[in-house]
Amino acid sequence: MRKIAIYGKGGIGKSTTTQNTVAGLAEMGRRVMVVGCDPKADSTRLLLGGLNQKTVLDTLREEGEDVDLEDILLTGFGGTVCTESGGPEPGVGCAGRGIITSINLLEQLGAYKEEQNLEYVFYDVLGDVVCGGFAMPMREGKAQEIYIVVSGEMMAMYAANNICKGILKFAEAGGVRLGGLICNSRKVDNEEEMITQLAKRLGTRMIHFVPRDNMVQRAEINRKTVIEYDPSHPQAGEYRALAKKIEDNGMFVIPKPLPMEELEKLLMDFGIAN
Amino acid sequence: MLLRHTPKEITGREALVINPAKTCQPIGAMVAALGIEGCLPHSHGSQGCCAYHRSTLSRHYKEPVMAATSSFTEGASVFGGQANLLAAIQTIFALYNPEVIAVHTTCLSETIGDDVPQIAEKARQEGKVPPGKHVINASTPSYVGSHVTGFSNMCLGIVKNLAVKTGKRNGKINIIPGFTEPSDMEEIKRICAMMKVPVILFPDTSGVLNGPLTGKYLMFPKAGTPVEELKATGDSRATLALGEWASADAAKYLDSAFKVPPVILDLPIGLSATDRFVDALRKAAGVTVPASVEFERGQLLDVMADMHPYLYGKKVAIAGDPDQVTALAEFFLVLGMLPVHIVTGTPGKRFEERIHKMTGTMGRPVNVKCPGDMFLLHQWIKNEPVDLLVGNTYLKYIARDEDIPLVRHGFPILDRIGHSYFPTVGYKGGLRLIEKILTALMDRQDRDSTETGFELVM
Repeated sequence: MRKIAIYGKGGIGKSTTTQNTVAGLAEMGRRVMVVGCDPKADSTRLLLGGLNQKTVLDTLREEGEDVDLEDILLTGFGGTVCTESGGPEPGVGCAGRGIITSINLLEQLGAYKEEQNLEYVFYDVLGDVVCGGFAMPMREGKAQEIYIVVSGEMMAMYAANNICKGILKFAEAGGVRLGGLICNSRKVDNEEEMITQLAKRLGTRMIHFVPRDNMVQRAEINRKTVIEYDPSHPQAGEYRALAKKIEDNGMFVIPKPLPMEELEKLLMDFGIAN
Repeated sequence: MLLRHTPKEITGREALVINPAKTCQPIGAMVAALGIEGCLPHSHGSQGCCAYHRSTLSRHYKEPVMAATSSFTEGASVFGGQANLLAAIQTIFALYNPEVIAVHTTCLSETIGDDVPQIAEKARQEGKVPPGKHVINASTPSYVGSHVTGFSNMCLGIVKNLAVKTGKRNGKINIIPGFTEPSDMEEIKRICAMMKVPVILFPDTSGVLNGPLTGKYLMFPKAGTPVEELKATGDSRATLALGEWASADAAKYLDSAFKVPPVILDLPIGLSATDRFVDALRKAAGVTVPASVEFERGQLLDVMADMHPYLYGKKVAIAGDPDQVTALAEFFLVLGMLPVHIVTGTPGKRFEERIHKMTGTMGRPVNVKCPGDMFLLHQWIKNEPVDLLVGNTYLKYIARDEDIPLVRHGFPILDRIGHSYFPTVGYKGGLRLIEKILTALMDRQDRDSTETGFELVM
């Protein structure tokens, strides 16, 4: 079983990219589980066709520790197993602790056990690695592969570089590795070259360039992944290609985060300044 | 009447616990760590946690209890406790030179998400852990479970971090004695020796938390389970886990990681539970039960028969940890007593079910709550008085207000001695329990009897 965590700047399209890619893997016949690690609990909306899932933490709060696995796992598009860790409303409590609690609970309940026959588990993690809780999926025995969703915008690249610092810390002591950058295009000048270059400097590679296409938004309004909504559209093909590349990926590295000046220089050399 | 505000009428209470029948996870983790030879427990959190846990243990065992702390400040809470723990590991090995540092977390370090295995690995890579020394860990947030959970988690941490499989079986039986007294651990080893079964008992606080006064202070007494034996638990023939709540997790891990078959038993308190323990030991080791063990069993049986009239039909209220309470309730039933009110503060699915099943033969309803508190127990007693209270020191308030004799058992006992030196497990332990119960009941009978009813011979 491969355990994969997806990180990236808030709003970059992690959940959308993850679910579309997972749909691609499901279409290939893989058995995949998606664990949403975001208090907003919107990481499985496209696979489930709506935001109606009861989260792990809601269940824990209402029913105490006697939680049954069936209460928190739902089946989505292509037989994918979906769960949302959930968390507090904005401005209260501790969302980071929520992620620690819910991943521990899923393990205790045997969500990853052999009898579940899972081939992939995807952790879709909120925003930057802002505190210890959000690094939970990187801990030893959790995700072994990290993909960072990024675009050619400065702050997205800055966030990707920061996330690499987090990975570095855990990779030094454990088995977690960076599997690559996924460029979710914002149609920034020279975007593909710049992200290829950023990936290279970080010691990894850009595993796929996902072009910007309104079809993604159209499918999203209909609460579907592109692969489900319009299987013949070229954008569906892009996600299938990404799924295939992740399936075949053999390049897992310990990243080398860049100093700030170098990151800015990269933008000067390849980006808008040119 | 210190508890005069406790009303007789019981009303629904969801969000409030009054006088809990449990304490913090790290207390259990510390006890388990102290059962390793040459081990210094380390509390990864603020100083207050560590100070409270140490003082509670010192009050119970009447022994100095050593533990280190990461001494979190505002800065550590914000930036994570890695720097503190790395410095602590280096300092501890340099100054105190233990064989093992057993790190447990606290509410604060758990909440900020410190990953202790990662920090320990970093310490190893940076050469802060001298060759042959060990740093082990357990995750012990106090907002989950209780001190029993903490004990269980550290037992699991011990085998996860230390046990190995060489492929060559060592012919020994692992025994995890549960969150019991040093005297109980010693008694279990004595029974195993009588049966000529080679065992690895862990953790083992006998000799650590009930040591002698010699005039010379040893920070690490020559007692506790040696690291070499803990490593060897992966090569053993079987694991007997005494007490499901405190010991089962570590036994299950040894099964899944090294195929050491687990046998999960009750704590051997009372006749039947001790019978099951002796029988399981006999089967696991392939030995016969010697006459010496049968002799002790016979002595217990004799006293049970002789004293039956004084115990029969007596109502008991019990508060304590689930493994202890389950075994005590079973023993009281065998003695003809009626355990009518039972609470434990440690949450767990099967407790209430187990008690109901066990007390089904009693032919009357039983009050049982898990997790429950002492306030509820007191209310139940006001509605249906009992002849005897059994539990930790905190029950003395109820005992005083309701004028009911109290036999102290469990954790913590802060106001009497004896628990560290005289066991309540095994057949001998059964005898001691009966002696304590009879003394309490008979003293009461003597106090309350009329002049004409005052008995010389009882």
